[in-house]
Amino acid sequence: MNWDLLIQLLMNGLIIGCLYGVVAMCFVLIYKSTQIVNFAQGEFLLIGAWVCWWFLTTWELPFIVGFLFTLGFMTVFGIALQVIVLRPMIGEPIISVIMVTIGLSLFFQASMKWMFGVNVQPFPRVFDTQTVEFLGFQVQTAYIMSLVISLFIMVGFAWFFKTSKHGLAMRATAFDQQVAQSLGISVKNVFAMAWAISAVVSAVAGVVIGIVNGVSDTLAFIGIKVFPAVILGGLDSIIGAIVGGIIIGLLENFAEFTDSQWFHVGNLYTIAPFYVLVIILMIKPYGLFGTKDIERV
Amino acid sequence: MAGYNMMRCGEFRTTYEKDTTIFPTPMSKKFALLGVLLCVVAPLQFGEFSLVSPTILTLMIQIGYLSIGALGLNILVGFTGQISLGHAAFFGFGAFASAWMNNDFSIPVFFSIPLAGVLTMAIGMLFGMPAARIKGLYLAIATLASQFILEDFFARADWFTGGSAGALANPFELFGFQLSGDRSYYYVVLFYMIAMYILAANLMRSRDGRAFVAVRDHYLSAEVMGINLTWYRVLSFGISSFYAGIAGALFAHYLQYVSVESFNLFLSIQFIGMIIIGGLGSVMGSLMGTAFMVLLPEVMQGAAGMITSTDWGNIPAITEGINFMKEMVIGLAIVLFLIFEPDGLAHRWRMIKAYWKLYPFSY
Repeated sequence: MNWDLLIQLLMNGLIIGCLYGVVAMCFVLIYKSTQIVNFAQGEFLLIGAWVCWWFLTTWELPFIVGFLFTLGFMTVFGIALQVIVLRPMIGEPIISVIMVTIGLSLFFQASMKWMFGVNVQPFPRVFDTQTVEFLGFQVQTAYIMSLVISLFIMVGFAWFFKTSKHGLAMRATAFDQQVAQSLGISVKNVFAMAWAISAVVSAVAGVVIGIVNGVSDTLAFIGIKVFPAVILGGLDSIIGAIVGGIIIGLLENFAEFTDSQWFHVGNLYTIAPFYVLVIILMIKPYGLFGTKDIERV
Repeated sequence: MAGYNMMRCGEFRTTYEKDTTIFPTPMSKKFALLGVLLCVVAPLQFGEFSLVSPTILTLMIQIGYLSIGALGLNILVGFTGQISLGHAAFFGFGAFASAWMNNDFSIPVFFSIPLAGVLTMAIGMLFGMPAARIKGLYLAIATLASQFILEDFFARADWFTGGSAGALANPFELFGFQLSGDRSYYYVVLFYMIAMYILAANLMRSRDGRAFVAVRDHYLSAEVMGINLTWYRVLSFGISSFYAGIAGALFAHYLQYVSVESFNLFLSIQFIGMIIIGGLGSVMGSLMGTAFMVLLPEVMQGAAGMITSTDWGNIPAITEGINFMKEMVIGLAIVLFLIFEPDGLAHRWRMIKAYWKLYPFSY
């Protein structure tokens, strides 16, 4: 047993798991409020990271300014996407809605490759010190930052939904669209807001991962990786998304560890979450925290 | 979706057989026969003169085997209402299975293609098991997982696929004659395509086909009427995989080399794109959608070639980005079709037919 490696990998798992949790939360936000399964979630990360990278390298803006511009851009982008593409799809069968988001993901992924190339591009240096001492371990500053940012986003989400007026409107819409509408909530605005928030927060996660690993189109695969997380947690539970994200993050790093120590089959890191996904779907399709669907004729 | 058809004056369907017939009028039968005949003579060569160029022939073969796969997916998605995001994996399984049986057990290719279909059917039913319990979105995600699991299996199973080196597939042989050139292999694909399309059209007129449609339209009512939901969902996965397996086997023996990387999520999405563009729940729509999906990048390539020959078009964004643009256009086509023409090309074709049937008094 190589304890140092195990602890190192589990730390990585926790950090990447928090980021999965954040992205899964964005996914659940869209699903809960608009009943749309967003297969283009990973592309939000990709676009956010590339746009931020572009502001920082081509325009040479300071990080904070470029980052804020990116957030502004993603807000507009999220709203535009909802209004132009997804609003006409309200009321269509589920396969159509899924396919629209898959088509979008294909489109954005290819257009990002077209505009920025297929190579990994490192982010300009954001922090002066590369590593800091944390609980006796040398940890990269970017990792600490990503952990802090994820926790910050999670607390922000909790605050937004618990106390703010818009958060209440979104919860009402998620609970029952017709009732919410009759109480004077603009469902259209809520839908647009859900997409905007989801795009912005995903972009933050994208930028964070971009700072750690560099920006490339592998970022979009996180959008696929969140499926095990959300299914594990329950498709309509925000808490479940966070828990599921952390579990999947830990699990894939643990799979990596067992693989490197004993099995030596390779690629277990990528594939283990999907086996888990199938098993969960077989035994407990509504996840740990999801609400069970009861159908009446 | 299916069933919408303008009837001509004086055309009465008095029995159930007449209503479900494949060819509603004698004319439509003649047109279908004419279409088949055209396909049969297309690759013929008269001395120096040939009807279609080799490039077009390659494309026709591609449309042939892909449309078999698309038809399989349409049976699953369009007729039974289940969602599968892992069709390319079954397509790939068929390709490897046929090559494997031919190489390791020296089963002739003539038999290994249908056997690959049967083997893929078994695998498809296995992976369709979750459909017994879950549906809609959850099923979509489960099939997405099966895509990744099978893809991983291909990369891992050296005995079956040859691992990262890929598998070699022998050319098709019939009574000692090798059908390996494009011209001769075209007929193999054409034969399978016509057989599979007739099979599917007839399947939809049978008891099982009606059960599929009932499961799609309202599964609770279907169950109340005595349709075994679990069995029909899994069967639908099986039939769809059978088609995918045959298509994959045809693909393998056409290229004579199967690589592990070719059956990725992108191909699965392309398959779904084909049936959405062609029309969900339409047999001929699968063919139209496949043709659209195969020809679209070729048309773009041609257009890009024309643009880059001019001065202002010869920029790296176009010359080097053409592959990305093709992907972008495929994504865009799926989105635009879903927004503006959700019933696909098959519906458009029916509208055109109805227009001419009633011309000039279209009311």
